[in-house]
Amino acid sequence: MTDLLLAARNVTKQFPGVLANDDVSVELKPGRILALLGENGAGKSTLVNVLFGMYRPDGGQIIIKDEVVDLRGPDDAISRGIGMVHQHFQLVPPMRVVENIVLGAEPTKRGLVDLDEARLRVVELSTKYGLEVDPDALVEDLPVGMQQRVEILKALYRNADVLILDEPTGVLTPQEADHLLRVLRGLTETGVGIVFITHKLREVLAIADDIVVLREGRVVGTTTPDQATESGLAEMMVGRSVVLRVEKQAAQPGDVVLQVDDLKVNDDRGQLAVDGVSLQVRAGEIVGVAGVEGNGQRELVEAITGLRHASSGAMAIGGKPLTNSSTRQIAANGVGHIPEDREKHGIIAAYSLAENSVLNRYHRTPFSSRGIMHREVIYEHAQSVVEEFDVRTPSVTVAASSLSGGNKQKLIVGREFSENIKLLVAAQPTRGIDIGAIEFIHRRIVEQRDKGAAVLLVSAELDEILSLADRVAVLYDGKLVDVLDANVATRERVGLLMAGITD
Amino acid sequence: MSRSTLRSVAVPLAAVILGLLIGALLIVSQGASPVTAYSSLIQGGLGDGDALLRTLQKATPLIFGGLAVAFAFKAGLFNIGGQGQLLVGAVFAAAVGFGVDGLPTFIHLPAALIAGALAGAIWGGIAGALKATTGAHEVIVTIMLNFVAGNLTDWLSANPWKDNSGNNIVARTPLVEDSATIPTLGAVPVGFLLAVITAIGCWMILERSTYGFEVRSVGQNRNAAHYAGIKVGWTMASTMAVAGTLAALGGAVESLGVDGRFEAGVNVGLGFEGITIALLARANPLGVIPAALLVGLMEAGASRMQFKAGVAPELIDVIQALILFFVAAPMIVRWLLRMRQGDSEQLRLGAGWGNS
Ligand SMILES: Nc1ncnc2c1ncn2[C@@H]1O[C@H](COP(=O)(O)OP(=O)(O)OP(=O)(O)O)[C@@H](O)[C@H]1O
Ligand SMILES: [Mg+2]
Repeated sequence: MTDLLLAARNVTKQFPGVLANDDVSVELKPGRILALLGENGAGKSTLVNVLFGMYRPDGGQIIIKDEVVDLRGPDDAISRGIGMVHQHFQLVPPMRVVENIVLGAEPTKRGLVDLDEARLRVVELSTKYGLEVDPDALVEDLPVGMQQRVEILKALYRNADVLILDEPTGVLTPQEADHLLRVLRGLTETGVGIVFITHKLREVLAIADDIVVLREGRVVGTTTPDQATESGLAEMMVGRSVVLRVEKQAAQPGDVVLQVDDLKVNDDRGQLAVDGVSLQVRAGEIVGVAGVEGNGQRELVEAITGLRHASSGAMAIGGKPLTNSSTRQIAANGVGHIPEDREKHGIIAAYSLAENSVLNRYHRTPFSSRGIMHREVIYEHAQSVVEEFDVRTPSVTVAASSLSGGNKQKLIVGREFSENIKLLVAAQPTRGIDIGAIEFIHRRIVEQRDKGAAVLLVSAELDEILSLADRVAVLYDGKLVDVLDANVATRERVGLLMAGITD
Repeated sequence: MSRSTLRSVAVPLAAVILGLLIGALLIVSQGASPVTAYSSLIQGGLGDGDALLRTLQKATPLIFGGLAVAFAFKAGLFNIGGQGQLLVGAVFAAAVGFGVDGLPTFIHLPAALIAGALAGAIWGGIAGALKATTGAHEVIVTIMLNFVAGNLTDWLSANPWKDNSGNNIVARTPLVEDSATIPTLGAVPVGFLLAVITAIGCWMILERSTYGFEVRSVGQNRNAAHYAGIKVGWTMASTMAVAGTLAALGGAVESLGVDGRFEAGVNVGLGFEGITIALLARANPLGVIPAALLVGLMEAGASRMQFKAGVAPELIDVIQALILFFVAAPMIVRWLLRMRQGDSEQLRLGAGWGNS
């Protein structure tokens, strides 16, 4: 019986200008769940990437099953029974679920891939652990939650006895997240050990056996759920007390800024996703769009911001009809957009922070004139965004790909807040962000409102909507089922509407 | 030089050295002396004014061809159409060069260059426009357009624009007028200077202009480019037009500065070498200059090497292929150099494959 499944001993990892891990030691025993907590950029992803063989540590040791190992790469870690689910899934979208799961470890019969055998094992695994998924579905047709199951199955198929999950619940609906937590609990009963990164303290308290808190690359605390509280953990993470509630005055709505009339929008597969939505957002108010993910929120936001064509209906901003206008025209009318998928739309990973800080403004003065970019001005601008929004980076000239997930998000939010906007469309604005920064961003959203901006907030976090929104619009199956004032929008009532129950 | 520039030239440099080393082994296996062979190669490419002129002349269309591939690559497009773009540029520049007379040089020469450039812009632009509107893959379209251009220029130079002087039976145009001929300053052809200026111009456009920002954004992340308000389709189409212009200028300089006319078959294959150059330059417009000079030198010195050291000139092709192999397979070079891979210096010329 192994005593230690996986451990880091005094691990140090240096990136240019950043000491991402500084003398970090953690331990994982069989059947236990280790939660890693910490601010954005604290070094959590770096640590698990070191444990998974993606990065080579500059100092310290990695121990797998009581043995000091020198990992040559992820393959090496996988063959030693470590499985990892990255925040960005590593799946082949046009291939089937079963093919994805066995890829690289295919069972063969007379030199050919034996898909029937593979399918049997996949079905067996998925029923055993409550990870039901159709083995013959194409991965590209699956919602995010299902894709994540495929990732977990991929690791289990390779007989992983350690599972590392980097912010697995960030992309899930609350229901999916709860289910995932139950699955993980179930896995530990078979002796699997789990390393789990999250920014949601509730989840940590619900599921972890051990909690390790990192700050600026160092371990600043080790505790267990029965000795910890949410506010205590929050304080340990950011080094100060955090106000978890948003302070705000009652809204003073002004003129209608965003007017949406009977809008119909198709999704990527050409199916009707937004089915005749009409909505108004006034200056000085925050309208929250609640709904289980996949009920048309994405398509609605994309149609409003110009990323997607609406098949019918109308949309106007500040009284100006802008239905199916370009992203550029819409932005030019004072619209800021925090996109839902930051890697897909929000940043260009290979670009510097400076270039990203003007991604949708590069063509305007003072960032450029007569077709020539003004680099000094852009650098100064980036510098001020980085300072104001506390983006942790050694400089604004490094590539955005070197930022931690939450710091990328802060950069995008900072960019969109860096000029006067009439309408802010914020989709999952705090996804992947630590609670200290969430507090800050929430305050800034309210501040925008008080300065007279109209805010359309889309979030999978019901708590976020309930604490920020002045009115709550609920989307179900592409239709707006109701719009409630904040004082009557209780968790229960909104929850029922989200499930499509209207009476 | 900063550390990152150093790292980015390390792989091509190592590839060149490895290519030459293996070439040396091949020379030995032929019973010849690599020292003699390589020194006569350098002699033949740099030894005197004539040699230098030859090298610079050879390098000129290679710079343009390399830029045509590198520029398109910045937008994530793989331009295989350099050959066709070069041919149309060459024939249309020649047509204006011989077809008009009585103009002063400062009008005639630019006019001929512009005619070639426009033809290339259209040729590249067709592929770009098809990509933007229908999603037709630029690799397929540019390859097909190469055939069209080959046949079109053959026909033009054999029929309407044929040189009918004496009893010429070759498919070629008449000689261009003096007023459309690109001069040579000492050992330096003006076409070469034009190529260098163009390379610097490409670099400035890509790195310093808003248009370059748009091109690179589309190449890096089309979705984010769309989010940023960039017209993705238009950017792809115009990038291909620019790429076509660049390759065509190479052809125009060949007609107006080297051959003095367009002749079918003379420039065959030249357009494809742009891919080699762009790879060696790692798609950096400034890197295209040394890459083209290196290959130009080898081609200029090959015959002297054959003469002096008795090494077949095809060896140069083998060495070029080896260099290309090592550049395209940087894993091998890194392994030899014991370099750790940093993601910033990765170049995937295949990035455009498969995604529409
Ligand atoms: N590839 C890299 N190159 C350079 N610096 C990096 C790289 N990866 C991470 N860093 C830096 O190391 C630090 C730790 O990053 P890491 O991704 O581990 O943070 P994290 O705790 O996972 O944060 P988050 O909660 O935002 O995901 C950050 O300051 C980041 O900028
Ligand atoms: Mg992280």
